[in-house]
Amino acid sequence: MMRTSLPAWMDIGLLPLINILAAFVVAGVIIAMIGENPFVALMVMLKGAFVYKGALGYTLFYATNFIFTGLAVAVAFHAMLFNIGGEGQAAMGGLGLGLVALALDPVLPAFLVVLLAIPMAAVFGAIWGLIPGWLQARRGSHIVITTIMFNFIAASVMVWLLAGMLMAPGQMSPETRSFADGVGLAQMHVIFNAIGIPMARSPLNLSFVIALGASFAVWVLIWRTRLGYIIRATGHSERAVIYAGHSPQRIIMITMAISGALAGLMALNEILGVQQRVILNFTSGYGFTGIAVALMGRNHPVGIILASLLFGALYQGGAELDFEFQTITREMVLMIQGLIILFSGALAYMFNPVLEKLYHLVVFARQEARGDG
Amino acid sequence: MTSAAGVAEMPAAISLSGICKTFGAVRANQDISLEIQAGSIHGIVGENGAGKSTLVSILYGFYTADSGSIQVFGEDISIGSTAEAISAGIGMVHQHFMLVPTFTVLENIILGSEGSGGLQRSMARAREEITRLASTYGLTVDLDAIVSDLPVGVQQRVEILKALYRGARILILDEPTGVLTPQETDQLFEILRSLKEQGVTVLFITHKLREIMAVTDQVSVMRGGEMVAHRNISATSPAELAELMVGRPVLIEGIWHEASPGNTVLAAERLGLDGGGAPLIDEVSFEVRAGEILGIAGVSGNGQSELLELLAGIRVPTRGQITINGHSISPDQPASPSMIRSLGVAHVPEDRHAMGLVLPFSAAESAALGYEHTPEIGDGFWFDPARLNARCSRLMADFDVRPPDPALKSSLFSGGNQQKIVLAREISAKPGLLLVGQPTRGVDIGAIEFIHRQLIGLRDQGCAIVLVSVELDEILSLSDRIMVMNGGQSMGIIDRGRADARSVGLLMAGVA
Amino acid sequence: MADLWLQFVLTIDATLRVATPLVFCAMAGLFSERSGIIDISLEGKMLLSAFAAASIAAITGSPWLGLVCAVVVSVCFSLIHGFACITHKGNQVISGLAINILASGLTVTIGIALFSQGGQTPFLGSGERFGPLILPFADAVRAVPVIGVIYAEVISGHNLLVWGALFSVLVTGYILTRTRFGLWLRAVGEKPEAVDTAGISVVRLRYQAVIIAGILCGFAGAYLSIAHGAGFVREMTAGKGYIALAAMIFGNWRPVPALMACLMFGFLDALAARLQGVELPGIGLVPTDLILVLPYVLTVILLAGFIGKATPPRAIGVPYIKER
Repeated sequence: MMRTSLPAWMDIGLLPLINILAAFVVAGVIIAMIGENPFVALMVMLKGAFVYKGALGYTLFYATNFIFTGLAVAVAFHAMLFNIGGEGQAAMGGLGLGLVALALDPVLPAFLVVLLAIPMAAVFGAIWGLIPGWLQARRGSHIVITTIMFNFIAASVMVWLLAGMLMAPGQMSPETRSFADGVGLAQMHVIFNAIGIPMARSPLNLSFVIALGASFAVWVLIWRTRLGYIIRATGHSERAVIYAGHSPQRIIMITMAISGALAGLMALNEILGVQQRVILNFTSGYGFTGIAVALMGRNHPVGIILASLLFGALYQGGAELDFEFQTITREMVLMIQGLIILFSGALAYMFNPVLEKLYHLVVFARQEARGDG
Repeated sequence: MTSAAGVAEMPAAISLSGICKTFGAVRANQDISLEIQAGSIHGIVGENGAGKSTLVSILYGFYTADSGSIQVFGEDISIGSTAEAISAGIGMVHQHFMLVPTFTVLENIILGSEGSGGLQRSMARAREEITRLASTYGLTVDLDAIVSDLPVGVQQRVEILKALYRGARILILDEPTGVLTPQETDQLFEILRSLKEQGVTVLFITHKLREIMAVTDQVSVMRGGEMVAHRNISATSPAELAELMVGRPVLIEGIWHEASPGNTVLAAERLGLDGGGAPLIDEVSFEVRAGEILGIAGVSGNGQSELLELLAGIRVPTRGQITINGHSISPDQPASPSMIRSLGVAHVPEDRHAMGLVLPFSAAESAALGYEHTPEIGDGFWFDPARLNARCSRLMADFDVRPPDPALKSSLFSGGNQQKIVLAREISAKPGLLLVGQPTRGVDIGAIEFIHRQLIGLRDQGCAIVLVSVELDEILSLSDRIMVMNGGQSMGIIDRGRADARSVGLLMAGVA
Repeated sequence: MADLWLQFVLTIDATLRVATPLVFCAMAGLFSERSGIIDISLEGKMLLSAFAAASIAAITGSPWLGLVCAVVVSVCFSLIHGFACITHKGNQVISGLAINILASGLTVTIGIALFSQGGQTPFLGSGERFGPLILPFADAVRAVPVIGVIYAEVISGHNLLVWGALFSVLVTGYILTRTRFGLWLRAVGEKPEAVDTAGISVVRLRYQAVIIAGILCGFAGAYLSIAHGAGFVREMTAGKGYIALAAMIFGNWRPVPALMACLMFGFLDALAARLQGVELPGIGLVPTDLILVLPYVLTVILLAGFIGKATPPRAIGVPYIKER
């Protein structure tokens, strides 16, 4: 990453905000071009994301997905690894969780099944991340290409299984039978209502709490454990890691496994929290959004949670836009997302020279004022 | 064209006057004046950092001199770019070849100078021209060979042909023999003589005195950014050149005192390391005892860096054996860096930016590198920043690191303070053997003295120290015994009493 | 027996049709990556140009205008990618990904604005797309045993762009190996320093490469919506851009091997379609999903070095910074 001569608060706070603003401005121009008022659209989005009944719940529900996939990308990024395979790892997580649930729910009580299914989602995701990690570490295969391929392979596997072996008997659509009653994660509005706090209906469920827990766990891992220290060192300098007595190859594999596990946990939100059966394509692009979230959140759990909130609001607000405008659909969100990735990722330092000049101008002006005053 | 005898009447091929170039605080070239006779082979010698590369870069258009004038064949010119240098007839053979490895020799030579017309026709034309050039200058190359398949010596010939094809009348070779075997070096000299016979002027940059004596007609010596002498080869000797190159040693007085060495801590027997071409290390044997400093002298690139990495466990020896405190390491029984650390060995690496520190980390985190598992820093797999910072503060106080801020990013410390952090980390582990490479590279004078005192102090406490440095005065200042390396081999081990700048310098320059 | 032959020939015929966009994109990726710029955005550029072609064809009634517009749009986005990667030395993978996601969103958004059909473009009539080129005597020759069908189905009946794809392979090969530009292009992807010290502009070369990649992706997209298909449908590229990327890697960044890979992957696709729901003796229902996943699996195996070696351009993905 390039170093700037800007103070830290501008580098971490202001520059990303300006990048997001740029993305929104371009989006606004396009919205105007298709004949709608961008400011009205923005208001609709905000209301849809936060104000309407149940809106916040939906926003947080989507955010949960992004927290998991964002954490996955971020952990890998700390080792300078580009994990694009979040989609596939999440899908595999869903598979793992589904397999456990379907196998055990006739036999074990619901909460035990859930307790066993959750780690299995992580394990399956970890394996799906470990394989490309191994390929990179031991065979030199570029992790970007392999993870892209593994996304497609995972999708194919899911189709094959869900339309074949795992398909619910008697059904035509590719999905498993529903899990037994109680095999799922309770929805928040149910919990809150049960303890007397009114909360509107939404799919927000306990996975959100698990996601927050995972965020904390990732923070601890990266900044409070030896392993995290070595992972970060590997990302900066493999030579230093060798000097310190570790094997960069091992670290790469471990990191990808952890990354895949986090992405796998995303399945909890959709499958245990809402669907209670395994369906096709429940990942629907959330893996890629995770990349945007990690970029914006600067690979730190706090930033990721905030960025996830933003994207959650975008998705939910986008649904509202779709609802209220004839001319706008959810694809608008994809457009904004692409613009955000473009400005925050590829063109991240484009505004840097302008900011630097402004900053130095202000500093200079201040010095002049103090000198004369 | 003209024979060697007629050369003296021609105008100087290159005439430099008052060339100055400064980079920030570093005066890389100070008031350089130089005349290179046409049709001669002219050498420029000097230690690393003497300013040779900068001068050559100015001649080839990479840099522009801050002041001074350049004349090529009597004409004043300014060389603002590589293209201008080429059109002035200056060609350069870089130290790291600018060849496309997957292309054939022919494709590499014509790249950028294809001429007009279709590629096939250009290549056919070029083939004729290059074959003619090759036979004129005695440079035999297979035009259709793939460059990456060729040995390094032949690749270099391709670089020379490239320059000649573009009409170079002056050929600059920057440290050309660093990558060559002795046979390839001899072949290169033959080619240079052949070029000279054809009237090409050759500028030969090197730090190896043996080569200067073997092939050049005149030599200019650079030291510390200045041009200190010009000589005709026939009128000088390696001894004189060595002394001019190295200058008078600056011994920091009063630091060294008599040592009382104990048992052997480290023994190396007939160590060998292969690396593609000629062996990087060959038949090196030595011992180091507790409480003594063995200095390993040599011009960089002669195997000392690899030797240090071998001892630290970063590389595995191809032949031979290392014994540390009774534990033996050999090709069959390799040891990892962490294993070696557990034997009581500490390592201050030569490259503190790539290995010694993690630059984006805070000083406290860099100070944990290699020691994250120690109880000082954490329990089990935990990593406690509070303990980390406390430890770093202690180290910073003990070693006078400024600013004493454990949270500051490692990259923001000055070179001297960065080195002190690394040293503090390694010394505080109370090692029985310290491996240290280039301890004062890029470090200011005050820190140099501090670091030297630390090393002597450590030695007095009974630690064995292996010190690798290209700074001769540092070696002379600190070592109890000195081993000189050249071409991957040991030129011998001398006791401090019998070592001085001249004798060691000659060994370093490869003159036995 | 004759029926089996017919089935086989028809599958080959379908292969060519399926492989055409792959070939265009693979060649596009080739130009970009041989010059040192990673291009993940083949998918997105293809989608955008498919949309542009169909929209303009629907509005103006001319498939040729649609084709031109497709190329222009694709080149624009190539320039964005180039701007981010070459001028700003940004991360090439992220830039490519951004364009793909942006394409998914932008096409539908503008599509709805223009045509109010949920993102689709209006169905194109035969005058508004590139129709099949029926070669002379095709019908008459069909009856000829064995080779008749080959002429009638495989050679005749394809539209112009299919032949264009095959032609693009020849052109790509010619440019890379027989022109000065191609020599420079190959050099800049392997060792940009050599090109720089020879006085050639690395930046300009790479921009030229991404522009050519844009042109070829434009053809790919136009083919999808106004030659193969009859209009734009959302997400119509369905991962073909990634398969083209895989084919390019499988072909070791060389035109003819990449063409072979495209044909092989296209064949697998056509085969899977043909065998859908078919029961074979001994195997039962054909696992078409497994056939469809083969391109990806094979690419991974190649990258792992288990079948031959993938040798990407040495300097790929690394922004060029002049060493001083």
